[in-house]
Amino acid sequence: MTVQELPGAGASHRPTPPPAWRPRTDAAPLLPDPEPYRVLGTPAAEKLDPELMRRCYAELVRGRRYNAQATALTRQGRLAVYPSTVGQEACEIAAALVLEERDWLFPSYRDTLAAVARGLDPVQALTLLRGDWHTGYDPREHRIAPLCTPLATQLPHAVGLAHAARLRGDDVVALAMVGDGGTSEGDFHEALNFAAVWKAPVVFLVQNNGFAISVPLAKQTAAPTLAHKAVGYGMPGRLVDGNDIAAVHEVLSEAVRRARAGGGPTLVEAVTYRMEAHTNADDATRYREDSEVAAWKAHDPVELLERELTARGLLDAEGIQQAKDAAEVMAAALREGMNADPVLDPMDLFAHVYAEQTDRLREQAALLRAELEAGAEG
Amino acid sequence: MTTVAAKPVSKAAAKPATMAQALNRALRDAMAEDPTVHVMGEDVGALGGVFRITDGLVKEFGEDRCTDTPLAEAGILGAAVGMAMYGLRPVVEMQFDAFAYPAFEQLISHVSRMRNRTRGAMPMPITIRVPYGGGIGGVEHHSDSSEAYYLATPGLHVVTPATVEDAYGLMRAAIASDDPVIFLEPKRLYWSKADWSPEAPTAVPGIGKALVRRAGTSATLITYGPSLPVCLEAAEAAREEGWDLEVLDLRSLVPFDEETVVAAVRRTGRAVVVHEANGFGGPGAEIAARIMERCFHHLEAPVLRVTGFDIPYPPPMLEKHHLPGVDRILDTVARLQWEN
Ligand SMILES: Cc1ncc(C[n+]2csc(CCOP(=O)(O)OP(=O)(O)O)c2C)c(N)n1
Repeated sequence: MTVQELPGAGASHRPTPPPAWRPRTDAAPLLPDPEPYRVLGTPAAEKLDPELMRRCYAELVRGRRYNAQATALTRQGRLAVYPSTVGQEACEIAAALVLEERDWLFPSYRDTLAAVARGLDPVQALTLLRGDWHTGYDPREHRIAPLCTPLATQLPHAVGLAHAARLRGDDVVALAMVGDGGTSEGDFHEALNFAAVWKAPVVFLVQNNGFAISVPLAKQTAAPTLAHKAVGYGMPGRLVDGNDIAAVHEVLSEAVRRARAGGGPTLVEAVTYRMEAHTNADDATRYREDSEVAAWKAHDPVELLERELTARGLLDAEGIQQAKDAAEVMAAALREGMNADPVLDPMDLFAHVYAEQTDRLREQAALLRAELEAGAEG
Repeated sequence: MTTVAAKPVSKAAAKPATMAQALNRALRDAMAEDPTVHVMGEDVGALGGVFRITDGLVKEFGEDRCTDTPLAEAGILGAAVGMAMYGLRPVVEMQFDAFAYPAFEQLISHVSRMRNRTRGAMPMPITIRVPYGGGIGGVEHHSDSSEAYYLATPGLHVVTPATVEDAYGLMRAAIASDDPVIFLEPKRLYWSKADWSPEAPTAVPGIGKALVRRAGTSATLITYGPSLPVCLEAAEAAREEGWDLEVLDLRSLVPFDEETVVAAVRRTGRAVVVHEANGFGGPGAEIAARIMERCFHHLEAPVLRVTGFDIPYPPPMLEKHHLPGVDRILDTVARLQWEN
């Protein structure tokens, strides 16, 4: 269905067209399908690439373990806070796997797992949340932007970077992640608009996990789906089952391909669910029913893939155990890394404010140094 | 700090040029020398900006280097962040002072702190051009002096030229800076003229240096941007009253050239800070406090301020009452005759 065929399109609120006015006729079918796209459990699953799916499976198991370990670390006081992605692992991992090394990932604060799946050291990925340095890695080295806390503000960055890469003749794609609540922010709108006008090679992945802290999607938007928002900007919107890693991988891959080939941006809405509370500071029982959580538990991303692969003979008990063992190795390393107390130099406070130190900061650094020395003596 | 455009002055080639022309020339020269410099904003292309500061750039460098963006300040600055992440040097135009406010989120949450949060790995060499201040009879939202908001944000440089030479020199320094620079353009000085040669621009100090624009012994007027000509005029008028006023042009608000300010105030023993921005919580409050801290025993009188009133910018027919003028400066200088 194209925009012109939409019921109500061309309705009477438009002014009478002046003589030179012509409707656009080049609107590709931008609208999302009415149902989230699925692969697992459908005939389409027959064409799955066994290698890729086994890799996805191993990553999913590792991701689930990562979430469990990070959550445990908040209980031990090792992490100030951790926004869990249990239930959302398929989105996180697919986002990382569809990118080439030269591409860029623009994660939100929730997307540590995507950064880890892209290859970032799990401890480095958690410095923000542990209260260590805000960004514990060099974004250029990993091509992962800093985990972004102000909602949706990383989206225009992704557009600018992708645009810059294209101007320089590099076929680099930027994939930017945002939550359903973040789509209400002005920066979401401005980023999508810029991307479409500039035909920037960007993929916007909205993880619609049902809630912005406690506020459900129905109070966030009146749009039929978040993917529909794409139409107004002139880019395709795609709706996908966010718990079906095969489907998310396919839809994101197609969007990345399109972007790389100069076809411009795509908005992908992955319909998923946040199984745990927003963070350890949140009490999810105040705003949702256990029955809802239970219904989503039956649609678990790890189990969905495990069932499919086992049924197709692509995965056996040994393969499952291997994935689990590898996940334990990662968890042990993460525990160990996080249990080591970070050693911070207070003088670093002044090190990276400006390229060249200002007199004022030099003065304040001297004050702190004197305080430290006095403290060490006294 | 670096000195820019250190070519010899050839007086023969110098002819009257406006500040707007000098800014335009600075952008052109920077773009010609460095292919990573990109200019973007609203109407900067075919129109050349509403003040014509980007005039001709799109013809010379093409739309990829001088880009008319969609109308969205957060989007413009946010995109610039991403471009800087990829190694470009964006120069963005905010059309007017008050229209930069939608971009504050990007400015404060990302532009100003990206270097810090990435421990130096990700500098933000972005120049943000903001035509600011009153005196041109602009309607509401076209005359704000918003420097205090920028000053309060660590990680930003804040500069403002008051002369044609400085417009060129500071702009080149801002674009060359590896840190974000808020470049405040005093719009009522856009059409001010000086003998200046773009072929042999005068060497001026870069960011972070204040300059004595007029030597004097009785008191120091500390000012910047649009208030500099007013202060110079006041200093001339003050001669009749027997006052020999020194006029100091800060040029750069961050970094703040405390040494030059302190030396001047210790010399004269009296200081008045003059600016258009609102007084309460304005730049003058910070400057006065620093002077008190460093010059207390050298002061013959309290540090006084002549600033805009603490009101939203008034309508054009009343702005002359709001803006610091020669008379108000002279009346304040008279109050420096401090009796214990
Ligand atoms: C600009 C801004 N406003 C408010 C917040 C506080 N906040 C943090 S997360 C959150 C909800 C975000 O929901 P959503 O975008 O759906 O992402 P999710 O947490 O579900 O992944 C809010 C309101 C913020 N981080 N940034």
